[in-house]
Amino acid sequence: MALRPHLLCLALPLTLLAVSPAFADEGEWVPPVRHAETLKECGECHMAFQPALLPAGSWRAIMGNLSDHFGEDASLPAATAASIEHYLVAGAGRGDPALLRITEQRWWRHEHDFSPSRFTRPEVRSKINCAACHKGADQGFYEDD
Amino acid sequence: MKKISPLLLLFLICAAVPASAAGNEAARKDILDGYAAAAGPGFAGFSAERGRPLFLGPHAGGKPETPACATCHTPDPRAVGHHYRTGRDIPPMAVSQTPDRFTSLAEVEKRFGRDCPAVLGRDCTPLEKGDFITYLSGQ
Repeated sequence: MALRPHLLCLALPLTLLAVSPAFADEGEWVPPVRHAETLKECGECHMAFQPALLPAGSWRAIMGNLSDHFGEDASLPAATAASIEHYLVAGAGRGDPALLRITEQRWWRHEHDFSPSRFTRPEVRSKINCAACHKGADQGFYEDD
Repeated sequence: MKKISPLLLLFLICAAVPASAAGNEAARKDILDGYAAAAGPGFAGFSAERGRPLFLGPHAGGKPETPACATCHTPDPRAVGHHYRTGRDIPPMAVSQTPDRFTSLAEVEKRFGRDCPAVLGRDCTPLEKGDFITYLSGQ
């Protein structure tokens, strides 16, 4: 029996919520984002960062203050924000929950211990453009350093 | 990973039900009709001529880094824009280049709700929203 497409549309995001192991690793690979709302809404302004790149406390703080998202208004309807927060927290990694920026986490600073001028190159522009250097960043690959 | 990719594909198909050009046109008209109804008694139609300077700016009152829509979207609505802080690509605003622009009221309201305060320092009026969409629908 074929499943009706609209049932799959509903079931799939729920299934995908369950497949992200909650570990942040030593900087090589993290499970890629497989949640449509996260990809769309976060990805509108920057790469949709993988859940494992921040601890749960950081994700909760970020999602609780979208109207001032590092100086930008990133407000979302409450239901959308809740869905994204649930996904991010479910796949959260390790780190200091008092630090909200991935680039402030100790592991990140350790991995990027080089001249700040690298980040101001035109093709990089900002520390949050992971993919400028890590070509597979949007798929969770960061081992190419 | 391999196991979920057919499901993911299905989801993408579900999420991106291809709307026909006529469907896009109808959806834009619905949104414009809503803004027309909200524009008040003196309303005499939307104007691409008013929408153009709204897009190009520069305006005062918003964030100093974003004095115009064109700051991120470039002065050419048919061009790919870039987020002013992250550099992230923004698909062209012109309907000729991005046919499904202004076809979701929720999406349109989300963007006006964020970007009007950032550029103008206030919310946009229904008339301004309709003028803006009318200008970019002809681009």
